[in-house]
Amino acid sequence: MLDGFVLALTGLAEGVRFMFSFQGLPNVVMLGIAAVLLYLAVKKGVEPLLLLPIGFGCLLVNIPLSDLMDKGGLLRFLYDIGIATEIFPLLIFVGIGAMTDFTPLLENPKILFFGAAGQIGIFMTLLLALALGFTQLESMCIGIIGACDGPTAIYVTSQYAPQLLGAVSVAAYSYMSLVPIIQPPIMKALTTEKERLVRMPMAGASTVSPRTKLLFPIIVTAVTGLIAPKGLPLMGTIMLGNFMKESGVVQRLTGASENEIANIVTLFLGLAIGGTMEGHAFLRVETLAIFGLGFVAICVDTGAGVLLGKLMYLLSGGKINPLIGAAGISAYPMAARVVQMQGQIYDRRNYLLMHAMGANTGGQIGSVMAAAVMLSVLKGFGMA
Amino acid sequence: MDNWTFGITMTVVGTGATFLVLGILVFVIGLLKRGFPLSAGPNQNEKAKGA
Repeated sequence: MLDGFVLALTGLAEGVRFMFSFQGLPNVVMLGIAAVLLYLAVKKGVEPLLLLPIGFGCLLVNIPLSDLMDKGGLLRFLYDIGIATEIFPLLIFVGIGAMTDFTPLLENPKILFFGAAGQIGIFMTLLLALALGFTQLESMCIGIIGACDGPTAIYVTSQYAPQLLGAVSVAAYSYMSLVPIIQPPIMKALTTEKERLVRMPMAGASTVSPRTKLLFPIIVTAVTGLIAPKGLPLMGTIMLGNFMKESGVVQRLTGASENEIANIVTLFLGLAIGGTMEGHAFLRVETLAIFGLGFVAICVDTGAGVLLGKLMYLLSGGKINPLIGAAGISAYPMAARVVQMQGQIYDRRNYLLMHAMGANTGGQIGSVMAAAVMLSVLKGFGMA
Repeated sequence: MDNWTFGITMTVVGTGATFLVLGILVFVIGLLKRGFPLSAGPNQNEKAKGA
């Protein structure tokens, strides 16, 4: 009888004993990281929709001897149904498409080029990651952090480097939320005061017809799908959401995509990503390197966008404010807001927001396109 | 394939193709805007009639 009690108490104390052993140290550290993520989400408002479930998933998976990521466990189930199958990021893309208004981009299509310049960081980071000794597929996934596009980063990494999914996802979402801190010094360093003061007035009335807005997602899907078919799930879902919105005939589906579906999937996605952050797998030198490379990627994206803006400033005879180039990344609408705020620091009557929104939606298309091109090139190499 | 061939090829083709595709989209958007210009809205017609 007494032996039974002793065995029962031993079983109960096993988790605590594990936690305070050397073997449990990574779990303790990760519990601290989970606490930091939860603090950032709750107290600082840093991407709370994602960082809160990621932080809680991280907490759950690092409680010693928890079996949530083992076969049959809750987090493993969410991972298997949504991330291993790539369904979650794609469903989020439908919601993003339904929320995005491409009108500012359609008003001034040349701004779309900023969306391409804003992806150069992806490729520079890929080269750096290769130089640091990451494998080719891992380097590609790390580079994708530079897309500033969480769902794209998750989609690509879950296919080609699932062992890096936790680090890449957390880096991508963390840096997206740090855009207002990372971008302004780079914008200031690369532009002159004269360039920053350029005003870009908006045309009074819209020049885009409803039919153009309706046909735009179909044309984008067809053109990009023909050139880079491996990226069609990404571009197709974002354009599906936008087509539903612009058609105006499926308001219930549009509403569900941007609210209920996006919310449920975001919760499950965050928990599943948190589930990949188990201490023994996450606490490696590579994780630190991934965070460093992600930072480089976003700095290079911003710099490339501003430099293209300077080129367009010269070619347009000083009519384009180079600051809007910084909005050519996918962090929507945060990057556009940063441009607006920076513009107003130098001229309170300068309203760059709509142009920056155009560049920012261009960045969304650009980031997906860059990923689509990479996946298609991989297929060409016989690696996909 | 060695790392540098992979990296340089991916960088050149990736950057080039991204710019190219977005360039094609800029062109297509221009065509769409010309093909389907914004027609005068009902308010503008009413104003014209009123005048």
